Amino acid sequence: MTIWWKSWSDFWAMGGQAFFVWMSFGALLVAIVVEMLSLRLRRKRALDAIEEERDLETEN
Amino acid sequence: MTDTAARPQAEGSFAAGFSWAMARDLTLAWRHPDEAVLTVAFFALVASLFPLGIGAEPQLLARIGPGVIWVGALLAAFLALPGLFATDYADGSLEQMTLSPHPALGWAAGKVAAHWIVSGLPLTLLSPLIGLQYGLAPDTLGIQALSLLIGTPVLSLLGGACAALALGARGGGMLLALLALPLFVPVLIFGAGAAEAQATGMSPAPHLSLLGAGLIASLVGLPFAIGTAVRIAVD
Amino acid sequence: MNWFYFSSPSTFYGLAGRLAPWFFVAAALLAAWGLYLGLLVAPTDAQQGEVYRVIFIHVPTAWMSMFLYFVMACYCGLSLVFNTRLSAMMARAIAPTGALMTFLALWTGAFWGRPTWGTYWVWDARLTSELVLLFLYFGYMALANAFEDPRRGDRAAALLALIGVVNLPIIYFSVQWWNTLHQGSSVSFKGTSMHVTMLTGMLVMSASAWMYAIGATLVRVRSVILERERRTAWVRSLGAA
Repeated sequence: MTIWWKSWSDFWAMGGQAFFVWMSFGALLVAIVVEMLSLRLRRKRALDAIEEERDLETEN
Repeated sequence: MTDTAARPQAEGSFAAGFSWAMARDLTLAWRHPDEAVLTVAFFALVASLFPLGIGAEPQLLARIGPGVIWVGALLAAFLALPGLFATDYADGSLEQMTLSPHPALGWAAGKVAAHWIVSGLPLTLLSPLIGLQYGLAPDTLGIQALSLLIGTPVLSLLGGACAALALGARGGGMLLALLALPLFVPVLIFGAGAAEAQATGMSPAPHLSLLGAGLIASLVGLPFAIGTAVRIAVD
Repeated sequence: MNWFYFSSPSTFYGLAGRLAPWFFVAAALLAAWGLYLGLLVAPTDAQQGEVYRVIFIHVPTAWMSMFLYFVMACYCGLSLVFNTRLSAMMARAIAPTGALMTFLALWTGAFWGRPTWGTYWVWDARLTSELVLLFLYFGYMALANAFEDPRRGDRAAALLALIGVVNLPIIYFSVQWWNTLHQGSSVSFKGTSMHVTMLTGMLVMSASAWMYAIGATLVRVRSVILERERRTAWVRSLGAA
């Protein structure tokens, strides 16, 4: 369980293949953030729609 | 007496439903041949556009010929799809079919068969002519026509299922394209692959047998799926 | 235990809300462990260099893309045969996460393929069938939302999902059936060709992806339930309290 890398700059450089490695891991991060936001937005919209309908009903 | 005489008709059968629906759709197509003619004309036109766009170098044309012909056939089969169920759905005759004594499997298969006779079969027959324009060798032409003969019924069945699913949906043609074209991809790969293998001196048999397997699987499963999809639509 | 108790959307709504956070916690812990192993501990691959580390996302997302489609199709089958409302809602809730996993598998595959194969994309059987899977997810979502009556969308889309199941064995076996550029599986029951740390990291990341997918699905199905049951009494009383 020893760390493979000698230094942090080694780690970030990924043996010269940093672009490909970090494009992949970055995409994972972006995807999770996007999905979390979309889940939150969808829930908010659903709750808003319920609220709206309830307001309409109390007006009548 | 009257009871026994009426019963065979009331029960209905696969064969009766199949031939009835096919004859009906073929008669309709015969009375209004414009759609079938347009499909074939579209196919010929697409196939003729490629040499104009890419250049008329004989070697290049022979190389891309099988693929272009298959893409043309695929698009033509797709263009003919919306008419397969939409008009019958709009005027209520589709609902009548679901109420008829014949099993859904029968008339669904019959309608798809009529669709294939009007779109897939003419394209198959026309393909050697287009192939000649591309300078394909005679044996390649034969394999090309054979692959179309096996592959276009699969296109009709898959497309029929998608058209039935999309009945009454918003977004009409674009939705149908999103559903059908990805499912067409394997057929395109093996269909074009068969003629290309023949042209490059390899055996087209693996491609053709995979296409054949696809045809058998589609024949077994998809008419049932189409019948179910139509039920869902008219419910 | 009465399973039908939880098959009602109103009770499942509460259950999903209580369970989802735990799945996210499990996903985060597993991801931390998996990334630690994969990015920090695992040695360099002798042939590919450091870029092989993409495997820790690529393989889990690719597995999940197929597995989620399979689960979605099972729910679709249930909803068609037994006409159960909740299973159709679950299928709808799985689809976006499944599409996301498929996209990630394709994306990471492209950035892995570029340095190792020299190209971002080839039209080989594995890649093409995975792309078809992405379009199946899109088609499912588009069809499910294309009708005025959501129940009709449920049923039509369920049938489409079931037809698309044919694609799963094609993806899975494509590397064996065809001579492709895509390498075969490095994990099998007979033993693996991988370093043990790499294998552990990959399996831990897969478990994390699984937990994440369940958590995301449970959160989404709550919204789907709210959208669909908007006019029922129990949803009305929900916010008022």
